[in-house]
Amino acid sequence: METAGNPIVLRMVIAVVLVIAFVFLNAMVMGYLERKISARIQRRPGLYEVGPYGILQLLIDGLKLIGKQLLIPMEADRFLFRLAPLLSFVPVVLPLMVIPFSPKLQARDFDIGLVFILAISSLNVMAILMAGWGSNNKYSLFGAMRSVAQNISYEIPMLLSLLAVILMTNTFSMQGIVAAQNKIWFFLVQPVAFLIYIIAAFAETNRAPFDLPEAESELTAGYHTEYSGMGFSLFMLAEYANMFVVCSIATTLFFGGWHGIPLPFGEYSSAIWFFIKAYGLMIFMVWVRWTYPRTRFDQLMNFCWKYLIPFALVNLLVTAVLVKLL
Amino acid sequence: MPETKNIQQEHRFFLNMGPQHPSTHGVLRVILEMDGEYIVEPEPVLGYGHRMQEKMAEGRSWPGFLPNTGRMDYAGALPYNHGYVALIERLAGVEVPLRAEYIRVITSELSRIASHLIWFGALLLDLGAFTPILYTFDDREQILDALEDITGSRLTYCYFRVGGVCKDIDDTFISRVRAFIKRLRSRFSMYEKLVNGNIIFLKRMEGIGIIDADMCRRYGATGPVARGSGIPYDIRKCEPYSVYPEFDFEIPLGDHGDALDRFLVRFRELEQSLRIIEQALDKLPDGPYLGKVPKKLKLPTGDCNFSVETARGALAYYLVSDGSEVPYRLKIRVPSYSNLSVLPELCRGMLLSDLVTAMGSLDLVIPEIDR
Repeated sequence: METAGNPIVLRMVIAVVLVIAFVFLNAMVMGYLERKISARIQRRPGLYEVGPYGILQLLIDGLKLIGKQLLIPMEADRFLFRLAPLLSFVPVVLPLMVIPFSPKLQARDFDIGLVFILAISSLNVMAILMAGWGSNNKYSLFGAMRSVAQNISYEIPMLLSLLAVILMTNTFSMQGIVAAQNKIWFFLVQPVAFLIYIIAAFAETNRAPFDLPEAESELTAGYHTEYSGMGFSLFMLAEYANMFVVCSIATTLFFGGWHGIPLPFGEYSSAIWFFIKAYGLMIFMVWVRWTYPRTRFDQLMNFCWKYLIPFALVNLLVTAVLVKLL
Repeated sequence: MPETKNIQQEHRFFLNMGPQHPSTHGVLRVILEMDGEYIVEPEPVLGYGHRMQEKMAEGRSWPGFLPNTGRMDYAGALPYNHGYVALIERLAGVEVPLRAEYIRVITSELSRIASHLIWFGALLLDLGAFTPILYTFDDREQILDALEDITGSRLTYCYFRVGGVCKDIDDTFISRVRAFIKRLRSRFSMYEKLVNGNIIFLKRMEGIGIIDADMCRRYGATGPVARGSGIPYDIRKCEPYSVYPEFDFEIPLGDHGDALDRFLVRFRELEQSLRIIEQALDKLPDGPYLGKVPKKLKLPTGDCNFSVETARGALAYYLVSDGSEVPYRLKIRVPSYSNLSVLPELCRGMLLSDLVTAMGSLDLVIPEIDR
């Protein structure tokens, strides 16, 4: 995307197209990885029928989902019901615009990049609430309500843990944060903040053990119970893209972003490092999902308000004092 | 434990859990009167899978009903066989060879382990952990393979016969079972770690769905549910049948009667069943595996009752015979039915998530209730 001479509009259009293409690609890769890794954990072969090692399975699944009839439940709020999957897509595409994949591979480097990401990704809750409310299904509504409470609660420790890093780097710009880590990665300096961030990230992306909005054993499928075909797959796309976003933030803020030993690919090697780190974290999320049972809702909220937020505040305070002193 | 709160009448609404719900383990429907995520009044609705097994028995010869017994509880079918053949033997006064009794105990206990393994995985699935069920299925597969060798089927067994069993066990079976015992013992530490080392699991199970001993007696709950509440009631010990008195085993008991206790009771029962099988294999006597039974079985007039301990609790067959070739009346008392009847009292004021845990810890098999 090194089209600095071109008009900014063209540059943005290219970026949007690439980002959307990436979201689909990411969902395919993650869908495949999730199923293969879970199969490995569960001692079963996983997908292996379509293509070598089943790599074409996701493509076929996509075709199947497109071919499916889109059902709308009776007396559902048709407008909200249709809009929700699309809306769930927006807050995961936009943050990708400011994520620095390499020194140059970034659609736009805002001064307030991190704030932009956090502000936009909060919209995700809205889509889930609309899906749950619009479905005219009590299970969906339960899922939506849980999601709202959970996401709004976990935004706080997430933000507080990120603020600790911001205090050290003195900038909200994503490139600036990466540049500040050329000596040491921040997860070594800020282990508590990283731990709090990663726990909050699990909750924000509705991944197990905090996948209460779609807890299949309690709520059948939660907020997307009534969705079929592409409606459902847009939610899945959004989930994987969301995972990528939170893992990218973790990579940028705690794992030195695109920093790494130079590889024999010149300028691209930094992007490769970024993807290795981000996907490593995503595989960690997959691993956790297939290992742990689900928490209960009140336990989840207690954990956030009684442990995560106080610890995040203390961590922030300590960081502030140390930054001032050193 | 969620605190029970003041529930306002106007906020209540109804939620249908089932008959198509992943956590009801079959076609059970529970109508829940809810206040937010709190349950005000749960009402189980049964009968979606009703197959009139008891009525069917009235149209078949005595041994003709035997295949049906295996179809009631598909998770651990052999004790169901056992109860029925033992009932007819008691009424007809048929002698069973000792070897046949040993084989019955071995296979019944294997069936119990298979059932507990499936429950173990299913409970964790209810808690949101998907992986353990595949591990337990892997273990269960070893039992099914071994039983398939001698019974010819993998799920709905019809292996016992009046006066014995239909096929003798061979060395392949014995070595398979011994290998399985070794394998399962080695897996215990892994399963144990899951219990003691997982805070999410403990927090979900501790203090949830407390059933006290009095409640068990009022509803007639038996099996691991009653034993989890500290009632040492196990038919294998209390009214011993077959050759159970010859073996040395314990009845694990719980203290509090919560979901975790029921979990631990079943978990320890796996070890006890392994002990029984080991002793039975060591002591296995030679001799015929099927006694002398007249071709046309005619029962004397009268009635008879026989109870066995299945994986879920006390199973009782009650039979009235009018001297003809078919039963006059057959009444089956299934353990899951009375265990389920605890549910409404158990779940008042509970969270929806805890209902799932509580139901999972009761180990319900719906086709057995809707027989």
